[in-house]
Amino acid sequence: MADLLVADRLRKEFGGLVAVNDVDFTIPERAIVSLIGPNGAGKTTFFNMLTGVYRATSGQILFRDVDVTGKPPHAITELGIGRTFQNIRLFQHMTALENVLVGMHARLKGGIIRSILGTPGVRREERRAHERARELLRFCGLRGRDGEVSRNLAYGDQRRLEVARALATEPLLLLLDEPTAGMNPQETADFTSFVGRLRDERELTILLIEHDMKVVMGVSDRVTVLDYGEKIAEGTPDEVQRDERVIEAYLGRAATA
Amino acid sequence: MDAARGYWERIPARGWVLASVVAVLAFLYPSYAGSLAGLPAVGVYVPAVDSMVVMIVFTMMAVGLNVVVGYAGLLDLGYVAFYAAGAYTAAWLASQHFEQWTFHLGSAGLSPELPGIHLSLWLVLLVAGLFTAVTGILIGLPTLRLRGDYLAIVTLGFGEIIPQVVRNGDDIRGINFTGGSFGISPIDAPGFGETLSGAGLPVNYAQSFDRARLFYWTAVALLLFTVFCCVRLRDSRLGRAWIAIREDETAAAAMGVPLMRTKTWSYAIGAFFGGIAGAYYASFKSGAFPADFYFNISIFLLCMVILGGMGSVWGVILGGMILGWLNVEGLATIGSEIGLQDVPRYQFGIYGIIIVAMMLFRPTGLIPERRHKREMEEGVADTPLYDVSHGGGGQEGH
Repeated sequence: MADLLVADRLRKEFGGLVAVNDVDFTIPERAIVSLIGPNGAGKTTFFNMLTGVYRATSGQILFRDVDVTGKPPHAITELGIGRTFQNIRLFQHMTALENVLVGMHARLKGGIIRSILGTPGVRREERRAHERARELLRFCGLRGRDGEVSRNLAYGDQRRLEVARALATEPLLLLLDEPTAGMNPQETADFTSFVGRLRDERELTILLIEHDMKVVMGVSDRVTVLDYGEKIAEGTPDEVQRDERVIEAYLGRAATA
Repeated sequence: MDAARGYWERIPARGWVLASVVAVLAFLYPSYAGSLAGLPAVGVYVPAVDSMVVMIVFTMMAVGLNVVVGYAGLLDLGYVAFYAAGAYTAAWLASQHFEQWTFHLGSAGLSPELPGIHLSLWLVLLVAGLFTAVTGILIGLPTLRLRGDYLAIVTLGFGEIIPQVVRNGDDIRGINFTGGSFGISPIDAPGFGETLSGAGLPVNYAQSFDRARLFYWTAVALLLFTVFCCVRLRDSRLGRAWIAIREDETAAAAMGVPLMRTKTWSYAIGAFFGGIAGAYYASFKSGAFPADFYFNISIFLLCMVILGGMGSVWGVILGGMILGWLNVEGLATIGSEIGLQDVPRYQFGIYGIIIVAMMLFRPTGLIPERRHKREMEEGVADTPLYDVSHGGGGQEGH
């Protein structure tokens, strides 16, 4: 299996603090890879470098053999990396449908003059975009919620809408930042099988940041563990669970003794 | 009442129906303005046709500003710069200012020997729009990297710089560009020239007995054009991107919206309409003077947007017409009716009170943007702040 994304000695410093310390990281095509670690381990910082929100202090990111280090977020999205946010960041006053339509921005062409004139081409494109957006909402379990303002949606539905919006960018690689945070066990179980479906039906590669070990161990092909910005373990869920440094990082030194 | 409302809501495209009715009434205004003015008690408050021209021109600028402030959520306190750019474009391309050259292109009803550059005013409006849009891009490139309050401060700076440049632009390397503090006047009026006058079209507005009406009808047409473009853009891919940026810049970028390009477009389009309005107003007044371009105009336009409802085109039109009327005639009329002649001197105090009252009782404006209205009707689960808007909505009988 070819590697979809390769991060080479990626590093991020905030002032004197090293948030991510020369981490090597690869994501094979059509894999589900999880990134775990205690709070403050640098997971989200790592995510933000991959998506262009932060500029790496040093190191390199290759996506499909293209160097994306230092590219702005919209360019990275256009190349095929979609994401959700840890603390939900929907466009709150827009409807569910409009949120998904914004996700399609880079895939639509409608220019200024043609939009004002309402040319048949633009109308057709808009009609198709609306159809596709409704289809994505259905796929994510939001049937009939199209016209609802996103801030009025239930919490779980907001999480689903974030995924629908990310899917609208037509990603090859989907980055999910703690998608099950705040979900009850039933919702979490549903979401876990949904992530599996994303890979199998949509042929996506998925990178997951997750705290719920049941989700991580159930769905991942590979797990990478960060602690204090360093990669301390990497391997299959079974290997990582038995790794002493991982147990130490989560439970403290006494637990390993 | 409810039955009537239910019936109204079933009409397809009711927004456009209402808009067409308003547009027809607006075009006919000169024919019934006289009878309205004759009404007892309220007649004195009916604006004259040439006051309406000023009100409409300022409303047009407010609709343009709404693209920047309302749609894209960029607080621009220097919109007057675009007004000035448009006005001076008209002054350069349709007056005797550059008397060293004599150049005529489609000028209406003027002697071909008249010195200066005289382009057809229709062409001037287009050039003014484009030139101002370019100005908007040039101002936008360095400033739009800033967010929120910082952007507001820098645009405020540009709004202050422009009148100073205009005031001192009468000797740039020996060339008089702006006429200094005297400004440039007179400026040509629009018209259709001798060739088209056979079709019943006026040769030149300024030479016509119907001057005020002609300027009025053209202003209405320009406003309609502006509104049409802004509504279409709002509902387009670009409009969605603007609103996404207003809602959450980081998320918008992560969804593939290029921030700088999208924001710059909002500036350019807002500036385009500001430029056309500025050029048209300069032609109507037959002059461009630096004293017209002070900071208070930017705030005045912003007040129109806030009063009407940020992001709501129909709201901004209403807000623009109300404040425009108060500014041109209303305050003076009210003052003389209640026997206090110096009411107009307190105009900015009065506008300030209006804005504070709006913020307290109806922060989403007289006609809130669709998405905010929806929120008020459906109610929001959290944020006690919105209790205020619930109260405001209730009193309006919604």
